[in-house]
Amino acid sequence: MTSNSSNSGNSSNSGNSGSAEPRATRRMNMIEAINDALDIMLARDPDVVVLGEDVGYFGGVFRATAGLQKKHGRTRVFDTPISECGIIGVAVGMGAYGLRPVPEIQFADYIYPGLDQLVSEAARLRYRSAGEFIAPLTVRSPFGGGIFGGQTHSQSPEALFTHVAGLKTVIPSTPHDAKGLLIAAIEDNDPVIFFEPKRIYNGPFDGYYDKPVEPWSRHPDSEVPEGHYRVPLGKARIVQAGEALTVLAYGTMVHVARAVCAEKGVDAEILDLRTLVPLDIDAIEASVRKTGRCLIVHEATRTGGFGAELSALVQERCFYHLEAPIERVTGFDTPYPHSLEWAYFPGPVRLGEAIDRLMMPA
Amino acid sequence: MGCPADAGVSDAGFQSMSSPNSATDRGNLPPLSLHVPEPRFRPGDAADYSHLPISQAGAQARPDEACAPVETHPLCLDLIRVLDDEGRAVGPWNPALDAETLRRMLRAMALTRAFDDRMYRAQRQGKTSFYMKSTGEEATAVAPAMALAPDDMVFPTYRQQGLLITRGYPLVEMINQIYSNRADKLLGRQLPVMYSAREQSFFSISGNLATQFPQAVGWAMASAIKGDTRIAAAWLGEGSSAEGDFHSGLTFAAVYNAPVIFNIVNNQWAISSFSGFAGAERTTFAARAIGYGIAGLRVDGNDPLAVYAASRWAADRARANGGPTLIEHFTYRAEGHSTSDDPGQYRSAQERAEWPLGDPVTRLKQHLIALGEWSEDAHAAMDLELVETVKAAAREAEKNGVLGQGLHHPTRTLFEGVFEEMPWHLREQSEQAIHERRIRYPDWQE
Ligand SMILES: Cc1ncc(C[n+]2csc(CCOP(=O)(O)OP(=O)(O)O)c2C)c(N)n1
Ligand SMILES: [Mg+2]
Repeated sequence: MTSNSSNSGNSSNSGNSGSAEPRATRRMNMIEAINDALDIMLARDPDVVVLGEDVGYFGGVFRATAGLQKKHGRTRVFDTPISECGIIGVAVGMGAYGLRPVPEIQFADYIYPGLDQLVSEAARLRYRSAGEFIAPLTVRSPFGGGIFGGQTHSQSPEALFTHVAGLKTVIPSTPHDAKGLLIAAIEDNDPVIFFEPKRIYNGPFDGYYDKPVEPWSRHPDSEVPEGHYRVPLGKARIVQAGEALTVLAYGTMVHVARAVCAEKGVDAEILDLRTLVPLDIDAIEASVRKTGRCLIVHEATRTGGFGAELSALVQERCFYHLEAPIERVTGFDTPYPHSLEWAYFPGPVRLGEAIDRLMMPA
Repeated sequence: MGCPADAGVSDAGFQSMSSPNSATDRGNLPPLSLHVPEPRFRPGDAADYSHLPISQAGAQARPDEACAPVETHPLCLDLIRVLDDEGRAVGPWNPALDAETLRRMLRAMALTRAFDDRMYRAQRQGKTSFYMKSTGEEATAVAPAMALAPDDMVFPTYRQQGLLITRGYPLVEMINQIYSNRADKLLGRQLPVMYSAREQSFFSISGNLATQFPQAVGWAMASAIKGDTRIAAAWLGEGSSAEGDFHSGLTFAAVYNAPVIFNIVNNQWAISSFSGFAGAERTTFAARAIGYGIAGLRVDGNDPLAVYAASRWAADRARANGGPTLIEHFTYRAEGHSTSDDPGQYRSAQERAEWPLGDPVTRLKQHLIALGEWSEDAHAAMDLELVETVKAAAREAEKNGVLGQGLHHPTRTLFEGVFEEMPWHLREQSEQAIHERRIRYPDWQE
């Protein structure tokens, strides 16, 4: 596809700002960007293999691996038995051999049968073998709701993984980042959970479910550079700079938060965290110290969610700069519902009220 | 490791490493290569099933229900068939059902099909988010439901709507669930078709594959602990038999001789993955029983009488404390996986027509006609009547709303039932959610 473009050889150039010459770009939605990243890594690194339920001939239920088996062959991109435990377990074994597996779990809601292999095995292999063995896998999985998928096609289980020592957790919010982060994750020698917000596969989402979906093609971050590039793990993105308030968000909620801030005319600084572990604590501290107000947003359930960790960190490190109590806007502590999906979803009303509380004069 | 036998093995292994034929001396062996299964037919291919061994109807021995498991094991590699090509019921597995029962079976299968067609269309019309048909597989739910006692507990997947229909669950209730409307007994919480019907002894369906297998075993163990007479039956697709839960279920059932029937519905496909990705290139799914030392049967899943007979055999065996039976239903998924699927992308469009075991409704119809107990006209009239029955039920259900029209359960129901008693944080969140509703919809009444 694009791996022969003039910039494709910058493998040692970490970050997406290193090269001087402007790169050619192509408009992509998030699925296409993910597909492009996999295609590039399969072409560049003979140790990369892609496996999962329905990912081979068919190209995945969300089409993220479409065309890859045909191009790279059946022993590089292949279907698996329906066993998440098996998928992650064999990926650990392949990693021990020296491969760089990229397993797909069809929905994040189905990752649990593979949890032991992730939590007890992949996460600790480097540590327990004192570096003799590593688990350089990147587990891709669509996550999050907003598609009327009910309780088993909608969950956001990121906090289960951020809680585990030894796993990195990455969540892109744009096609540009999805590609660069996925490449960085695959090249990373540690196990990475790569959650793809399925609600924004085809277009960003402002939280108004009754409006038609806006395609990515009208969004600047659908301009995706050709060829190989990395968005480094552990670096947040400033979606927009601002002075009045810091918003910490990731995935779908980046777009919802942005729309609500625009609607309310609040001069918010929005950070897209992109990587939850390792976290870009410097960017968070710098922003909250500047604005003195912090709103944390995620779609996942509230209790023990990653927002709790963020809130604790901000309190520990920025307490004397805070002008108002930290606010968390999250999904509710219920299973993901079907008919009441939009009552559950942390939408514009919940966000807007939290912003009002934060901006209340002291 | 600690035990002497293990030490002996590893010593031997160590010595051979240093011998001239050591494991590291590969000579000119060719390099290893990975086998990745591939189905015979892809889009555009002609489908030809002449490679499939299809046993002659009536030719399979029927061991006594009290037999040792090993006596059933030849049947795991065979195919129990009762209906022959002329629509006659033949051989020792012929359940010899009376005409009235046969007509009831036919009607339940035809109703299941009519229901599926209607609900598929309703999804296409935007009345709900999702639907899954069981077309071509109706016998694998309807016939077992008739072979079991009505209070035997069933642990289904999303493709056994035939169980509910046969057990007389009201169609309107099913459609209320599918529309996630204000009359949905599951309070709009579950994805369409993920029913639960305790009164019909029908366990709550999970979206997570294979979890019901160990659960069914646990229910059966409980029934045995309590000296009950009820047994349990579980279903899953052949693709899902790769999950660990499948194997945990079989192990527990074997260890405790649990009164449970395991049904593997081998419809050849798991979304886009053919059965080879669950191990079908090596042996049959019924043959899993051999490894676990439990009884196993492999039946023509499109032959309702064979399915009935096998289910009845397994139920009688379990109820007599004879333990678990694994039944593979060899069938074909005639339609897409779900409304989200387009099978034209990955399999030959000819497969359905070429499937050598025909269609269960057609075959039972032919049988009844051959018996002189049915006619094409009667069948056509029944089909018309069933279409009307389903239509009427759908109209009735629509009065309670369809998905996305606001006619759903009150917002507070989102928070009820997470726990038996609502803790403070859910009470607060419930108030927040109701408050949000009122802001977005000022006229909102809970
Ligand atoms: C644990 C888990 N993994 C993956 C899925 C996604 N999924 C839903 S249905 C399905 C295919 C199942 O095929 P099979 O077991 O053969 O049943 P069939 O659909 O053919 O009836 C898959 C992979 C899931 N629901 N749960
Ligand atoms: Mg199947």
